[in-house]
Formats: sequence, structure tokens, C-alpha cells
Amino acid sequence: MRDRTGIVLGLGAFLALAAFPVWHALGSDAERARPELERAVEGPACVEDTLFMTAHHQEVLNAWRTAVVRTGERTYVSTSGVEHEMSLTGTCMRCHADSQGFCERCHDYAGVTTRCWNCHVAPEGS
Amino acid sequence: MGETRRDFLTGLGAAAVAGCGLPLFDPTRWLQASVAPGTAAAATQWAMVIDLELCRRDDVRRACMDACRREHNVPAIPDPDERIDWIWAEERQHVFPDLVHEHTAVEVREAPVLVLCNHCTKPPCVKVCPTGATWKRERDGIVMMDMHRCIGCRYCMAACPYGARSFNWRDPRPHVARDAEGKPVSDYPTRTAGVVEKCTFCAERIRAGREPACVEAVRAVPGAAGALTFGDVTDPGSPVSQLLRHEQTVARLVDLGTGPNVYYLVSRSPVAAAEGEGA
Repeated sequence: MRDRTGIVLGLGAFLALAAFPVWHALGSDAERARPELERAVEGPACVEDTLFMTAHHQEVLNAWRTAVVRTGERTYVSTSGVEHEMSLTGTCMRCHADSQGFCERCHDYAGVTTRCWNCHVAPEGS
Repeated sequence: MGETRRDFLTGLGAAAVAGCGLPLFDPTRWLQASVAPGTAAAATQWAMVIDLELCRRDDVRRACMDACRREHNVPAIPDPDERIDWIWAEERQHVFPDLVHEHTAVEVREAPVLVLCNHCTKPPCVKVCPTGATWKRERDGIVMMDMHRCIGCRYCMAACPYGARSFNWRDPRPHVARDAEGKPVSDYPTRTAGVVEKCTFCAERIRAGREPACVEAVRAVPGAAGALTFGDVTDPGSPVSQLLRHEQTVARLVDLGTGPNVYYLVSRSPVAAAEGEGA
């Protein structure tokens, strides 16, 4: 049992390293580093509520893309029954007019690369 | 039950024979025959007629090509190997190899002809696309592109006998025309490196009830009326159908069986030409 100290130390070091993402995130005020996003400039309400859009906007956009490009449907009826045109630049960006301050700032924080603006012409902010 | 094995087999045979005859009594057959072509039964097929004589004029071709470039943010790439064109000009001897021969005058042989996607009735590009990124729209016959799905394999470019498709070898944005504020001249999405693009018959304008950009642009050119005619070829009353019925027209590589929907007006009959001038 003369190796006990070394084993325990090594195990401890391993666990500390393996848990790096956890304690690093805990210690770095990640919550407070959450980016401040540019507010929507106009419009009464988003197509769905904010919580849903934060979590599922990518799925909404994918569904819209498929509907518009493939089947030619262009009208989205929200859960509250309001009709919207399914259009990234025509509907979303009319209110969220600053793609840098809205889309990119949050995606940078989340470490997600968007490719929308490689083709779609982004509004340059207001 | 007194049914014998013999009765059963006889009945089975009779049913099989009757079943074979059923297609003859398909009620939809008569329905289809009673509906005149070009009405409810036939979907739209957009088509274009290009006047071979008028498109020899520089100003006519320039108007079409420039309008298309502006409308769809088509990049103007100087390197001929990387050119991207939706509508452009080729020499007649390359567009219609069968309409020239060894004694054809050079001016005719090398006369420029406007070419674009033929929006074929049986498009070979659609057959080879592995991702469904290009497809034939049933409602209006446009051969459409979904840039989100294109993986840049370029099978479609190899399959298209008209060379109507262009590949983005690099990011096209630096070569897209810009307005005074430095934004692309149109809000139509640009493309990205690694996708194939082509003419869509201005599907986005047709949806809004407008003509393709090239057709509209050529209207503004003095003396170029009728250089491009656009319409529904399944509608016998459309200007396109009228031209095809009354004038001498050709289409490219018809013997391949792709069913091109871009036609070329070889000559107008004197009567029709006089009527055209009067209108």
C-alpha cells in the first residue's frame, strides 16, 4: 500500500481535469457574461413567444425555409392564430433589424456559426 | 355450403379476367378526354420565345443580361473559367449546330444567340441530382434550385446538354454589383462558394405576378418589341402559344428528348409581322 498517496493524488488530479468544463463555467460568471442583445425595433410581438423562439428559432427557420422553397407555402399561422409571411429578411429582420447585434452576438456567445448571411442579404443594423 | 373446388376455381378465373378488363372502365379516362388541353387538367408550363434576329442586336442582349445580373445579384467574374451566367450569348453555330453548314456565312454562323436554362419538360439535371436540390415544379414547370440543399457535386452541370448551369468556385460576393451604400443591388440572396446556380425564369417575380426581368428589360429597348416573349405554353391563347403555332420556331437539341421550353423564332411570316407593327 505504499503507492496509496500517489494513486490518490493522481486520481484527484484526473478528476479535477476531467471536471474542468464544470468548475470553469461555475467560476467564470458565465451567467453574467450573457450578451446584451439588440431589441426588436418595431412590431407588436414575435411570431411566437420569446422563450419558445430562443429555444426553437432554428427549427422554425428550417420549417419556413422548406415550406417556402420546396412547397411554395408562404403564410405561417402562429399558435395564437396570427398570420405571418414566412420570410427571414422580410419578417424576422424587419423587427430584429440588427443582425450583428441580435443574431451574431448571441451565436458568438453560444459558439454557433450561422451561415444564413453567406447568401441572404443581412440588414446592416439601424 | 355446396361450393365445390371446381366452382371455386371457375369463380376465381372469372374474377381475374374481369379484373384485367377493369382499366378499360377507369372513369377518369373519360374525364381526362373530356377536358380540353390547356384548361383545368393541364398545369402551367412557363416558356419563352426568343427572336433570333432581334437578339443579334447588342442593345437587346445587353438589356436582358444586365437586368438579370442586377435582379439576382449574379456575380460578374472576369475569369472565363469561373463565369456565372443565367442568360448569356453564344454563337449560333454552337447553339444550333444543325442550323449551320460549311457554306453558312460567317455573320450568320457567329451571330450571337441569347441562351438560358430551357426549363425542360424532362430535365436530365433533376434526374441526376442526389439531394433533390433541383427539381421540376409541377405547378408551373419551372426547374427550380434549392441552394440550401446543393452540395456542389455538379452532376447537374454534366447532365445539362445546354450548359445552362454555373458553379460557384469561390465566394461570389466580391463580384456582385453594389449600390451607393455598398449593399448588393438586389435583396435577392447571393449564392455561396460550392453551389450551382442557373436561371429560375424569375420565379420570385412570377409569384408577384410580374414578367421575368429580361422580358421586362427588353421592352424598354426601342424597336425591340417581341425580342423575348414569355407565357404559358399549355394555354393556347398565350402569346407564346400563338407564336409557336403561327411562326417558324426551333428549339435546341430537340432530338435529345429533354423537351426544352425556350424556343427561337427563326422568321416571322409577313402577315404576322405587319400585324405586330400595327399593334
